[in-house]
Amino acid sequence: MSDIQINIINKTYPAIEQAGSHTAIADLNLSLKSGEFICLVGPSGCGKTTLLNIIADLDNDYQGSIGLSQQSSRPKIGYIFQNPRLLPWRTVRENIELVLEDPLSVNIIDSLLEVMQLTPSQHVYPERLSLGMSRRVSITRAFAVDPDLLLMDEPFVSLDAPTARQVRALLLSLWQQRPHTVLFVTHDLREAIALADRIIFLSASPMSVISEIIVPIPRAERHDETAIETFRQQLINDYPAIKQLL
Amino acid sequence: MKLNKQLLPLLSLLAFLAIWQGSAIYINNHTLPTPTAVALVFWQACVSGQLPFHLGVTLLRLLVSFSIAMLLGSAIGIVLGRHKKLDAFFDNWLVIFLNVPALVTIILCYVWFGLIESAAILAVVINKLPSVIVTIREGARSLDQDLLDMARCFGFSQRKTLIHVIWPQLHPFVMAATRSGLALIWKIILVVELLGRSNGMGYQLHLFFQMFDVASILAYTLAFVGVIQLIELIILKPLDRKALRWRR
Repeated sequence: MSDIQINIINKTYPAIEQAGSHTAIADLNLSLKSGEFICLVGPSGCGKTTLLNIIADLDNDYQGSIGLSQQSSRPKIGYIFQNPRLLPWRTVRENIELVLEDPLSVNIIDSLLEVMQLTPSQHVYPERLSLGMSRRVSITRAFAVDPDLLLMDEPFVSLDAPTARQVRALLLSLWQQRPHTVLFVTHDLREAIALADRIIFLSASPMSVISEIIVPIPRAERHDETAIETFRQQLINDYPAIKQLL
Repeated sequence: MKLNKQLLPLLSLLAFLAIWQGSAIYINNHTLPTPTAVALVFWQACVSGQLPFHLGVTLLRLLVSFSIAMLLGSAIGIVLGRHKKLDAFFDNWLVIFLNVPALVTIILCYVWFGLIESAAILAVVINKLPSVIVTIREGARSLDQDLLDMARCFGFSQRKTLIHVIWPQLHPFVMAATRSGLALIWKIILVVELLGRSNGMGYQLHLFFQMFDVASILAYTLAFVGVIQLIELIILKPLDRKALRWRR
């Protein structure tokens, strides 16, 4: 896998009726190293989802470029949306099979379902799943495509704390088995510290990078809530600007 | 006393027949034959092969024109529902075609193309097509953009997107167009046959009208209504059950 360069000069939403035009992103440069887990932390409405949509090629109306450093084609992307966006008329297994180019990749699907503890529910329709289970299916689907870049847009929002902790642990276990470059959007600094190699703090719109911090806590110690809370306090003390973003 | 829910439709049907029978006996005129007289005519027409032949001809016309109208209407409806500029351009055309009386279209088709089978089919298709387009267009307009984005993001082909993302969302609209279409098309076909064909239910009904043979008119009508009910029971309802099995 190559490193991924993101260079967005300008992203502006045009004026609609009473609302004037709105510049969401200005002069944003990010470099994502292969296999790196990056968390983006920024205030609500700053343009994080817009950034992910641009990277995922769902929004082409911007000035700038996204690309791999060593090749011209776009990176293969897996996207875990804020809401799971599962096809309600397809079972859990079918939802995952559909994103695969070779639908007969039985082994891949079986192993992913097992890691995410979804094997017993694989033939169930999404309407019968809890939100936590739907999010697990959405994560499994994104991992199934073996992406160069995995985009995650606040995937654990609106989950209760124990469920969020469980799904987070499953995500990390899957990521450690199949290390992809991950861009993870969150409001929660504790969550960012628990997951990220590097945290990027973003300003309110027009969005740009305020600062970047490498998380020094070894992964084996990330389950220790005290260590995470101590580092969070240290960050807030060292970078007072961060407090305004949370 | 509690009545079994399954018995109610049967009781209702029996009550209808009883009222019909009573009225016919009371009026005692050949313009309102009794249900038993209609049943007898129905049986004789079946045995002679007349009713199955004409019913078959009409059903074949219905199948061909309905299939063309549904396929073409669905394709155009999806395109118009997804492309605002095309929709704005063709919207007036749709309004015009929706409001042209069926009889006018039928007459024009026969005048322009002659009293031939393809003119009859074309007339039926032109009458049905606009309403299919309008129904499917509404469905295409209300497609879930989140799911379409998901499909695009995960690199679904156009065919895969159509089959797995778009079509299931259009299902209720397609079924609405199908049901209203069947009811509308067979009425139009009868007029088409009455005006310019030498076989089919419409042609036969016209003959019976000239002879004031009300028993035959009712026998043929009941046969056709029965067939449409069978289509609903054997094809449409199972299709609904299969397509909506994912719902709680």
